[in-house]
Amino acid sequence: MQTSRAPGVAFIFKKALISALVALVLFSLMIGVRTEAGSDGQLTYWTRFGDLAMMVATVFGGSIVVELLRQWWGPVGTVRVVPPQVTSALSLGARLVAPVLLIFTFLVPVIFYNERYILDLGILVLTYVMLGWGLNVVVGLAGLLDLGYVAFYAVGAYSYALLATNFGLSFWICLPLAGILAAFWGVLLGFPVLRLRGDYLAIVTLAFGEIIRLVLLNWQSVTGGPNGVTGIPRPTMFGIPLSPGDDGLAAMLRIEFSPTHRIVFLFYLILALALLTNWVTIRLRRLPIGRAWEALREDEVACRALGINTTTTKLTAFATGAMFGGLAGAFFATRQGFISPESFTFHESALVLAIVVLGGMGSQLGVALAALAMIGGFELFRGLDQYRMLVFGMAMVLLMIWRPRGLIGHRAPTVFLERNQAISSDLVKEGHG
Amino acid sequence: MDYFAQQLINGLVLGSIYGLIAIGYTMVYGIVGMINFAHGDIFMIGGFIALITFLILVSFGLTAIPLILLVVLLVSMAITALYGWTVERIAYRPLRHSFRLAPMLSAIGMSFVLTNYSQVAQGARVKPVPPIITGGYTLHEGAGGFVVQLSNIQIIVVITTVVLLALFTWLVSSTRLGRDMRACEQDQTMASLLGVDVDRTISMTFVIGAALAAVAGMMYLLYYGLVDFFMGFVAGIKAFTAAVLGGIGSLPGAMLGGLLIGLIETLWSAYFSVEYKDVAAFSILIVVLIFLPTGLLGRPEVEKV
Repeated sequence: MQTSRAPGVAFIFKKALISALVALVLFSLMIGVRTEAGSDGQLTYWTRFGDLAMMVATVFGGSIVVELLRQWWGPVGTVRVVPPQVTSALSLGARLVAPVLLIFTFLVPVIFYNERYILDLGILVLTYVMLGWGLNVVVGLAGLLDLGYVAFYAVGAYSYALLATNFGLSFWICLPLAGILAAFWGVLLGFPVLRLRGDYLAIVTLAFGEIIRLVLLNWQSVTGGPNGVTGIPRPTMFGIPLSPGDDGLAAMLRIEFSPTHRIVFLFYLILALALLTNWVTIRLRRLPIGRAWEALREDEVACRALGINTTTTKLTAFATGAMFGGLAGAFFATRQGFISPESFTFHESALVLAIVVLGGMGSQLGVALAALAMIGGFELFRGLDQYRMLVFGMAMVLLMIWRPRGLIGHRAPTVFLERNQAISSDLVKEGHG
Repeated sequence: MDYFAQQLINGLVLGSIYGLIAIGYTMVYGIVGMINFAHGDIFMIGGFIALITFLILVSFGLTAIPLILLVVLLVSMAITALYGWTVERIAYRPLRHSFRLAPMLSAIGMSFVLTNYSQVAQGARVKPVPPIITGGYTLHEGAGGFVVQLSNIQIIVVITTVVLLALFTWLVSSTRLGRDMRACEQDQTMASLLGVDVDRTISMTFVIGAALAAVAGMMYLLYYGLVDFFMGFVAGIKAFTAAVLGGIGSLPGAMLGGLLIGLIETLWSAYFSVEYKDVAAFSILIVVLIFLPTGLLGRPEVEKV
């Protein structure tokens, strides 16, 4: 018993020493030496052995801490006995999370009316919640791995921006148009990838996302190239502008004008759009098409054998997901007032995909929580600037190792015999394309 | 015609670099079945380490170029290989038997980590080096004064690629390690039952892939004379495209795909527009996959029910 439990101090020390040695070699040149081009274009270098020593010492210490934690925590995958009271309390708590979160979200503009920063952050989080729910249709439900989701976001944003600036169409006409155009592009992407599976699908969607971005970047005459589109009109409340003028909403209601009105309006707008996405997804899951998506994810061959048209099933999944991406894009354009290809890089696609996977793929609540955690966490590190992406990447790796199945790793089935039972996500196949 | 010949040479050189990176992708995919998104950044790290080693050697007063290049090559291969090993150990091994999206996201996270690590450690600005290998041969002098040139650095890139490929083919086809690798590719459980150390074999795969990427990074540095922290992303995506184009999992396919992508890119920039060269490469990938869903040399995937 004693021998199997604790591998002893010597073992931990040896392991930490090896880690420190590896770290020493890894960091020796990259951190120990710093290069910079001088004013004459000549590269010079200087050494930073202090930083190097500090990094190696950190790795040494960190490795001891990790090893101790591991021993204290026990082997990975052990089932810990949890008292039934705690389990039932937790499940009650879990059932309450969604309504409480929703009510809280509705109240955010009321509570934080004077905190512009929190409102902006809330809008950002909700945008990603909506994107996550949209991508969830493609990845979580239909099991089609999409690495280029940001393309549809870009299509939606540019559709609104160009239609509004060139033809003066209002936001409320452009919003459905942006959704339709994005859905059309979704079908366009869907056609070539119908026969592809898994990673081939992943690379084609990635390539598609890059193509869209590169075209936006280089088609100067239409998209403005790297300068983007400026002066995108702000949204109106169904024709009533939220401006200080005489025809503005504030003048109409005879209240004093405040720029916060527009922020609050945007907040409720994106909340409504996100909830629409959620509602449509939940309804679709109970319709034949939604069931076909989930069947497709589980087994494509069986699907065919049962007479499901996999072509239309895949295309509708792409189109639906793309449509929500497009709607979110139109919202993004009107909120920013300025868009450029820089906002639509692969990094955004990876972020949304990370939100979906971290959320537990297919779990609506999980996606919302993951968006809150990722975007909120990302904002927390704003002050660290250049370390921000470093921390973000590390968090992504650690979260995957800690919970490969996401935060909420099970899902409620839409059909059941006699008893509704959550399915463990280990039994659900994903991303087989 | 002369112009075309020159572009052909340039394309083949660029394609060799892509091919070297693509082999790392295809090898890892063949054995573990995951897209190693961090591989492009490993290539970038290789370039950086080559640059730093070069600077140090020059400042120590070494002047023999062949000796410098050899030392730079060995050091950058060794350290970059250790990076590959560490990445596998930290980010992929704990997720080996997890569901397939988990290692992929972990790889994307790792790619962010490596990109920003080198940005923080070495600064965001482009690092230029003066041309190290100069000179070349004039192959043909056209009537209009257009000269087809083959520079020494181009010769070195191509020769290094060919030598490494030969070495690598020999490694996979006739050494113990290569046999283990092929065994793991077919059936990991069975291989481990027959005494193959699966963990070690997979680690070695990452190490070899990273070492090849380091060579590619060094060639890139010599050929273009610069490195920056963001070069891994674009080169990585192109190389992965090359691997898929050639049929992922197939080693000759990776090289063929790399050469094709290099040629497409160069010829497109030469005859149409530089801005849309990446669009051309990606579009051709999509078109090829429509007609050959498993790439040019890939084996069709048979699904058993």
